[in-house]
Amino acid sequence: MKLQSLYMPFLLIGMVFIFSCKGTVKDSDLLTAINEKIQTNPEMTGLTATVVEGVVTLSGACKDDACKSFCEKTVKAISGVKSVVNNCTIIPAVVDTPVVPEVSDALAQAITDACKDFPGVKTDLKEGVLTLTGEIAKDKLQTLMMSLNTLKSLGLKKIESAELVKK
Amino acid sequence: MSLENKYKALIEAAGNGIVSNLQVREQDNVLYIDGEATGATKQKLWDLYGSIDPDYASGDLMLNINSVAGIHEGAKLKVTTSRTNLNIRKGPGTDTEVVGKAARHEIVTLVRKENDQWWLIKTDDGEEGYSFTQYLTPIEQ
Repeated sequence: MKLQSLYMPFLLIGMVFIFSCKGTVKDSDLLTAINEKIQTNPEMTGLTATVVEGVVTLSGACKDDACKSFCEKTVKAISGVKSVVNNCTIIPAVVDTPVVPEVSDALAQAITDACKDFPGVKTDLKEGVLTLTGEIAKDKLQTLMMSLNTLKSLGLKKIESAELVKK
Repeated sequence: MSLENKYKALIEAAGNGIVSNLQVREQDNVLYIDGEATGATKQKLWDLYGSIDPDYASGDLMLNINSVAGIHEGAKLKVTTSRTNLNIRKGPGTDTEVVGKAARHEIVTLVRKENDQWWLIKTDDGEEGYSFTQYLTPIEQ
């Protein structure tokens, strides 16, 4: 019994030493392991991590929920990580702009302006579709069409000019 | 896809690196070609368009080439009306008062772009107001 009471305190001290070592050394080792994951996974590009006593805080931008949880799972799988605080924000990838924008309030006036010097041309705008009737000199047609085609940026979808007489 | 075939020569010409931010998309039987280019390139593409569809009457193409995107304040512009003087207006619209005139082929200065249709310009005589970009041709350096 005497022998046992002698080495017991040493055993306890030793255990405390081992555990405390595990806590302090591991944070920096964990960070290294996490940074390796960030560098090798394209999904994790741009993320940053901090580690405090095995608790990892992730921040940065993810493109969607799946990406966010993938990053969390990947970090959780590293042995020694106690938990993950996932502070990643979701910033969706840029959505393709619509082919034709919404019809702008300025479209009707812009059509009037573009046609002002072509008095024979009549215009009718309905839901972004412009119908041209009346008549125009053939050599002026390109100038008018060039102007009108740029109004697509104000929401002009289509120009119907089959009924427009070109002289 | 038939429209892309019909305007193949035009798409190929535009795709040859002369149009920046080029987008070619088809929706509801209309082909949309958008991009930015110089005035000379825009003219070339329009002439090509005219050779495919002589009267631009099929209603199946919107050729939206912005030739004014690269033009900045202070740029010199030539008045390219066909015969008449160019109106200089109080505001950006033909519904506003005419406050001055610029002669055909006169050189004016770009003060500010209000939008792609109307620019604030200044003549050498100091007249300032809005003019329709259709009649202003940047003097290409």
